[in-house]
Amino acid sequence: MDISKEKLEWIYTTMYRIRRFEETMLEQTLKGNSMGVAHTSDGQEAPPTGICAHLTDKDWIGSTHRGHGHCISKGLDTSAMMAEVFGKSTGQCGGKGGSMHISDFSKGMLGANGIVGASIPLAVGAALTAKLKGIENESVGVSFFGDGASSQGVLHESMNLASVWKLPVIFACENNGYAEATPSWYAVSTEDVSARAEGYGMPGVVVDGMDVFAVYDAAGEAIARARAGEGPSFLELKTYRYHGHFHADDTSKYRKPEEEEYYKSLDAIKHFERTVSKQKLMTEKKLKSIRDSVEQEMLDAVEFALSSPMPEISTLYDDVYVNYSNPIAGLR
Amino acid sequence: MTTSQANNPLGPGYEGVAGSEMRFRDIFRDTLRAEMNRDEDVFLMGEDISGGFDKDTKEPLDAWGGPFAATKGLVQEFGVERIRDTPISEAGFVGAAVGSALTGMRPVVDLMYFDFVTVAFDQLLSNAAKSRYMFGGQTKVPLTLFARSGAGTGHAAQHSESFYSMLAHIPGLKVVVPSDPYSVKGLLAAAIRDDDPVFLVNDKKLINLTGFVPDEEYVIELGKGRYMRRGTDVTLVGMSYTSVVCQKAAEQLAESGIDAEVIDMMSLSPFDEDILIESVAKTNNVVIVDEDTPRASMSSEFAAVIADKGFDHLDSPVKRVTSPHSPVPYNSALEQAFMPQPEDIVKTVRGMLGRD
Repeated sequence: MDISKEKLEWIYTTMYRIRRFEETMLEQTLKGNSMGVAHTSDGQEAPPTGICAHLTDKDWIGSTHRGHGHCISKGLDTSAMMAEVFGKSTGQCGGKGGSMHISDFSKGMLGANGIVGASIPLAVGAALTAKLKGIENESVGVSFFGDGASSQGVLHESMNLASVWKLPVIFACENNGYAEATPSWYAVSTEDVSARAEGYGMPGVVVDGMDVFAVYDAAGEAIARARAGEGPSFLELKTYRYHGHFHADDTSKYRKPEEEEYYKSLDAIKHFERTVSKQKLMTEKKLKSIRDSVEQEMLDAVEFALSSPMPEISTLYDDVYVNYSNPIAGLR
Repeated sequence: MTTSQANNPLGPGYEGVAGSEMRFRDIFRDTLRAEMNRDEDVFLMGEDISGGFDKDTKEPLDAWGGPFAATKGLVQEFGVERIRDTPISEAGFVGAAVGSALTGMRPVVDLMYFDFVTVAFDQLLSNAAKSRYMFGGQTKVPLTLFARSGAGTGHAAQHSESFYSMLAHIPGLKVVVPSDPYSVKGLLAAAIRDDDPVFLVNDKKLINLTGFVPDEEYVIELGKGRYMRRGTDVTLVGMSYTSVVCQKAAEQLAESGIDAEVIDMMSLSPFDEDILIESVAKTNNVVIVDEDTPRASMSSEFAAVIADKGFDHLDSPVKRVTSPHSPVPYNSALEQAFMPQPEDIVKTVRGMLGRD
């Protein structure tokens, strides 16, 4: 296997961190410690991890309402993320964004986005910046979106733009089979969304999104192509979300238990553990020490979020604009 | 010349100021050129902003030079990377412009007809306007958009709208409306240099009008209005092309001894509350003139501010002269009836002053 020891450790840490962040956040949300709606991505750890393993802080990603995994894969701090979900002043966006708008521009993370498909052209724009500045080799744009967004017009416009302008973009479709409760077999006109890539003149491949090694390899090719100035690629990552669309969604109303069990048998983290054990790439002792350290990280994140102060009410009026001469406060 | 002098084209600042009579369209293009020369992060995107490519050489033909030839010649100076023709996909390229602004560039987008803003509306509302706030001030969106509004040219219902009030409603966006060559030079430069997303809406009826433009570089502060004419009997509030209509009405009113003051708002978000109250405090009567439809519009907003902060100055109710609550009609007689005319303003002023 052509992956360094350090990278393997990073991959395992990242996938386990995503899993435990989502589980912890969901538990805290159901306890009432979060302040709003949260969408979990446990089960879908392999796509963001396998893709972002090739990226640096100079590369940009656009994300979705189900964005915690993208944030973690891009190196965001889990304490600041948890605090954001809790609405605290120490949160990644000072409590202004919440679960659906976590971002970190210093890490090349353009923000999770609450409008399905809306972040797709942002990643295209980041790639346009790279092209205009002549830094495609060190700054590509990756757009994460789901099977639901594959029906949005702006995806198609973005694919056409990226293709005609030959921009360094990776369209990463995380197909988890459901847009809210609507199955993709009902709402998507094609078996494989990636088949549409051909219509926009770019390579499109189907990837096993429960196998981080498969994702890593496919993403490596697509990103190398982008860095070489050869234009955009499309990856369709077939994956599965273990929980509902949002924290209070009951999947038993629209998914069969045997389907859920099947995908859990493909679990990306277990698959990784089996593979590295079989090939003697990582010891169980090492894997356990990573898990232990992530467990402690989650305890620390919850403690940090719980003990952090609420934002001052006066921040309500901050950062609507850089400069604005009219009052921001409402009329009372 | 200082900015404050340039802000006051009717005042003493113009005496001895070097400048020339120019067409709106020409100073618009010259300003784009100057801003692109000033800052290499500024680039332009839009449909047919050069227009056409040679199939063999792939070289741009500049066949259109932009809608209304607004950008003619710029592609030869700046090349196809910075004068970037787009496919017809407003949501896609406005979204890409937002992404580019978030990552360090200063894109300027030509949206052609103002009506097309609806096609890109989600990107403007959900991404351009909200990114700074919802990400806790981590980022900024130095994006400029411009498009042509207004009835009177036979472009019919889907190419003639003036609903800039929809944009002014959105926290995070700024909206400016030049009304002559002088103001478009200062407002366009200010918009491009501003770190927030700014939409410049220019009425099509202004494009071939001429006016005095100072030679020197200047910007007009966003959020400031100006006096186009001083008077004591009534304040006429104009914006975009209705500032021209208000000046015509003021001339007609002067013939019958009514001394009207004309304010040109220039900016709609933020907007100059002080100039409204200052003028109403003097004239005690006000008519707001807007080609936008009347419901939830800039005219209703200005009226609300005057009622709230200037009520004690008023001798008569705040009056509005606007288009009807209807789409823009095609037939030229219907279209002229749709638009606020100087005669409509004169009639309204006479009525409110009891000078029928």
